[in-house]
Amino acid sequence: MDLFEYQARDLFEKHGVPVLRAKVAETPEEAKQAAEELGGGTVVVKAQVKVGGRGKAGGVKLAKSPDEAAEKAKEILGLDIKGHETKKVMIAEGADIAEEYYFSVLLDRSERTYLAMCSKEGGMEIEQLAVERPEALARVPVNALTGIDEAKAREIVEAAGFDDQVGPKIVPVLQKLWDVFKEEDATLVEVNPLVKTGAGDIVALDGKVSLDDNADFRHKDHEELRDISAEDPLELKAKKLGLNYVKLDGQVGIIGNGAGLVMSTLDVVAYAGEKHDGVKPANFLDIGGGASAEVMANGLDVILGDDQVKSVFVNVFGGITACDAVANGIVKALEILGDSATKPLVVRLDGNKVEEGRQILKDANNPLVTLTDTMDAGADKAAELAAAN
Amino acid sequence: MSIFLNQDSKIIVQGITGSEGAKHTARMLAAGSNVVGGVNARKAGTTVSHQDKDGKDVELDVFGSVSEAMEKTGANVSVAFVPPAFTKDAAIEAIDAGIGLLVIITEGVPVQDSAEVWAYATDKGNRTRIIGPNCPGIISPEQSLAGIIPANITNRGKLGLVSKSGTLTYQMMYELRDLGFTTAIGIGGDPVIGTTHIDALAAFQEDPETEAIVMIGEIGGDAEERAAEYIKDNVTKPVVGYVAGFTAPEGKTMGHAGAIVSGSSGTAEAKKEALEAAGVKVGKTPSETAQLMRDMLK
Repeated sequence: MDLFEYQARDLFEKHGVPVLRAKVAETPEEAKQAAEELGGGTVVVKAQVKVGGRGKAGGVKLAKSPDEAAEKAKEILGLDIKGHETKKVMIAEGADIAEEYYFSVLLDRSERTYLAMCSKEGGMEIEQLAVERPEALARVPVNALTGIDEAKAREIVEAAGFDDQVGPKIVPVLQKLWDVFKEEDATLVEVNPLVKTGAGDIVALDGKVSLDDNADFRHKDHEELRDISAEDPLELKAKKLGLNYVKLDGQVGIIGNGAGLVMSTLDVVAYAGEKHDGVKPANFLDIGGGASAEVMANGLDVILGDDQVKSVFVNVFGGITACDAVANGIVKALEILGDSATKPLVVRLDGNKVEEGRQILKDANNPLVTLTDTMDAGADKAAELAAAN
Repeated sequence: MSIFLNQDSKIIVQGITGSEGAKHTARMLAAGSNVVGGVNARKAGTTVSHQDKDGKDVELDVFGSVSEAMEKTGANVSVAFVPPAFTKDAAIEAIDAGIGLLVIITEGVPVQDSAEVWAYATDKGNRTRIIGPNCPGIISPEQSLAGIIPANITNRGKLGLVSKSGTLTYQMMYELRDLGFTTAIGIGGDPVIGTTHIDALAAFQEDPETEAIVMIGEIGGDAEERAAEYIKDNVTKPVVGYVAGFTAPEGKTMGHAGAIVSGSSGTAEAKKEALEAAGVKVGKTPSETAQLMRDMLK
């Protein structure tokens, strides 16, 4: 889960990272009030969107008074920034910036450890800096067991080339940012810019944090950080039912077991669609190991709730799951759904107890169901039906 | 021959008394695996009852720790079916005991825990080969199964298979059931895993019984690109590849925690191109991939 800047700021504050005072507003009036509460002086109004390049898109503006803060908030709220609608702004104290730096710590998949990156040249797009002047961006591996202790923080600061004046002030900030990374189970903590103020203090002026969903069980408070308004309603419904569902933009609903096989099914359906009016897969849905009637009914219910869906392809390889259980699941799911199931269903079963499974579907003789022998044939049939409907 | 697992492997199950642990202990025994005991500190001293592949009753001891289980049974493989919250501790216990192979089936392990386990294993000199987490395990057909891969899909044969995905492994074993497998490994779909594509490719290259290799990848990370580099320089046996997720949109996690395209990195297209540049034939679908393999071995 990626966080908004204000959420990252709150986590920074919780772990003792120096940040500026700030408040969130969803209306110009709230923005004005926030600016007043921050002392009535100069503030920065910043669009809260989970995408980079806000400044260039007009999503960050200076306001010299509370009234001006309301005006700027009015301009920014509703702004579309790279496809993300701005629904909130953050009102932050104005800062007296002397210098801008960069720091991040993230999961390095390839090396199976963490990587800290630091530069004296912050503020700009870091990808650009990494390409144009790689020597200006220090990259320091971080051991997962020892993390960023004082010695490691000093190593990072030295690698980035900070002098004896600034370096020692940054070291404790990096240690606290490590606390955010470690204690919140993040996969990314990025500060750009990390600034030195005119008074010589180090402050995290902007923050980007990604949290590991797998660690939610030890962070009950992370649930509140979820931006439910931005989630697709069908994805939300599926999540409540415990289903692994991703909404896509297509006409063929997909149900399968196992993430890899479902991904592969999407591809095979897309290829088949090339011959049938360009129909595409409508979703990713992995029903996992236990394909009970209830899980199948829930899955079908979610998929049929997508108005774009014209046909459904159920592609199951019975490994641990037995095909007879899947077939029973389909039959019962269609009973449970009754008249609300109106789209044609193409079913391909293979593996464990495949003969029994196919027989159950033949015996049920539901006119909506077509059985196919292979994944390729099933994808083709489902695409054909979607194009015809 | 086979890689990492053979008929002499002695297997213990961490979490043998849990529902998943019990279910798959029974399946492993039915597949002919030599399961010699299990671990659950709270139930140490008890036993669990199962049947072997001939239907004979077997009583398996439950030990208090991996090291005790190894000492009493001579086990050299552990399969862990423990909940995500306890997986890190279970893995560290197995690494401390110095077991040769640890297969972590558990799905949903926090990635920082996996990173710590990997760092810990590395500190200990990588005495323990780790497969997983979030994987179906490893099977050397007709010899042994350590994990949850169905044992009845195909027989022992001449192919080696390494894959990030469970059901795609099964699908590909089924597609190529006429040729059979020395060993098939599901290495898991998490961002941080133990055994990689490269580790498996290296072992298959050395295994005299393996004549050709199937490599299955999916979106996310750069493991396939790295494997392609490795193949170019080190693998002389024929390799065919398959990559899932061409239609996956950017920024959406497709089931596996690691299966995500971010920006231009981790796309299926880039992986396919890297593999083809290394001389690997890449199929568009599982069935086409299987056919490429058959054609190559003609």
